[in-house]
Amino acid sequence: MSSTEIDRQWTTRLRHRVAHRLPPEKMLPDTQPAYVASWIYVFGVTTLSALAVVILSGFILALKGPQWWHASGIGHFVNSLHLWSVEIFFFAMVIHLWGKYFMAAWRGGRSLTWVTGVVTFLVSIATAFTGYVSQTNFDSQWISTQAKDGINSTGAGSFFNVLNFGQMLMWHIVLLPLVAVVLTGLHVLMVRAKGVVPPFEEREEAR
Amino acid sequence: MSDSPDVTVAPWTGPQRPYDIIKEGTIAFLVVAILTIGLALVFSSPDDPQVTVQQWSNKAPVDFAQTALTELNGTSGTAQYGAPYNTASSGQHLGPLTLAKWLGATIPVNTVRDFVLSPLESQPATPPLSTALAQWKGASASQRTTWVNAYTKASTKMTFTNGTVSVPTTAAGPVPVMINSLEQMARSGALDQALVTQNGFYTSNFTLPLLFLADGSYLGDLAQQRHLLGTQWGMMNETGNYPGQAWLWLYTFWYQVPPFSTSANADVQVWGIMMLLSLLLLLVPFIPGVRSIPRWTRVYRLIWRDHYRAQRA
Repeated sequence: MSSTEIDRQWTTRLRHRVAHRLPPEKMLPDTQPAYVASWIYVFGVTTLSALAVVILSGFILALKGPQWWHASGIGHFVNSLHLWSVEIFFFAMVIHLWGKYFMAAWRGGRSLTWVTGVVTFLVSIATAFTGYVSQTNFDSQWISTQAKDGINSTGAGSFFNVLNFGQMLMWHIVLLPLVAVVLTGLHVLMVRAKGVVPPFEEREEAR
Repeated sequence: MSDSPDVTVAPWTGPQRPYDIIKEGTIAFLVVAILTIGLALVFSSPDDPQVTVQQWSNKAPVDFAQTALTELNGTSGTAQYGAPYNTASSGQHLGPLTLAKWLGATIPVNTVRDFVLSPLESQPATPPLSTALAQWKGASASQRTTWVNAYTKASTKMTFTNGTVSVPTTAAGPVPVMINSLEQMARSGALDQALVTQNGFYTSNFTLPLLFLADGSYLGDLAQQRHLLGTQWGMMNETGNYPGQAWLWLYTFWYQVPPFSTSANADVQVWGIMMLLSLLLLLVPFIPGVRSIPRWTRVYRLIWRDHYRAQRA
């Protein structure tokens, strides 16, 4: 087999491309630009950490099933972990989003990083919503019966029935988390590949 | 490609500083985990028990019976809903667009059949109920309407005494027996099961019982006591003093202000606005003006104050 033939393989080309865009020193950096020195940068990693706690607590709830937490003290505690990690997740993500807006973090070819971040935010809202209507308690009854009118009015209720507990639970624990995690992974890889956006230059400040 | 400072930026060639990404991630995870555990221990999480049709019919028997009647006479919220449940109305309009109607009744609900007749037919045959159901089935549509109208007219004087629903009329044919039987069925808990098992043994679809519950006043009264109505910032809240879905504040906000607070098409209008705003947020990097606000407001000088201080020095 010739080296030219190997170079033309999809696998080889993908490996070269990944190695070019995300070399190890970018993927796992040991230095970063000196301007990355503000508390606002904490909220990105805080969002990721909260997402990890959300998923871990969700795993435990999934192990025991959707009714477990109503009858078990431990289950209720795990549900509380799930709830509060979600609250921290959104709190950190919203601050992260506004921080990135005021940094104009899309500059320098980073617009797709912004776009994946916003889509992740929207998907996360849908994920949390399906969790709220899957609680199998008064909150889920009330929220679902109220929310149905908004969703039905758009026509989406035809295939996204918020009163169908089984459907909402599947969206909550399989489909939407999968999308959210994949998008988060892409978002982080883009940040690693492009680096953190530099400050506005002095000459631009004067404009 | 634009050379606007809101689009481009020169790659950084300035100084670097040490950065241990693994250590940062580990510390952040531990801090968030400990914070989460602390919040869970101190504040726990809300879990108000679910409402059952059995509970509703025992706590508010007249409200239940009145709601059952609206399912039978076609005046309930579900009966008049339109898509995706039926074709009784065209649904909400977004200008000339009737989005729900276009997709049709994909989750068909017939309130007479699903909320009254099918549950009653699932009961063991007893002489009064069997006779009433046979009488109903054997009657013409106009005769049924006459019976239901007579019962509806007299229902303003509906009472519930000694476990029985009573309405002062003799012109309602089998309707009094049907409503009363449904009441007894609900109070025993059998209606809860009948509503969810219409599609077989295994089920995870609670569309019917939730629609039935939502058609009555009982669920809404409980929600009002818990400050969960739409006029009370609605579904972004949850029971107790918990933050709920605070991230839905903007969505819920529109329902509180005119013209949406009084619009018959508020749901689709608010959704339209939120879709548009979400799209704008998504496209911020590409919208002239909006993408310049960070540079104009100069908030970034707070974020990078050390950098600019170092540059001045």
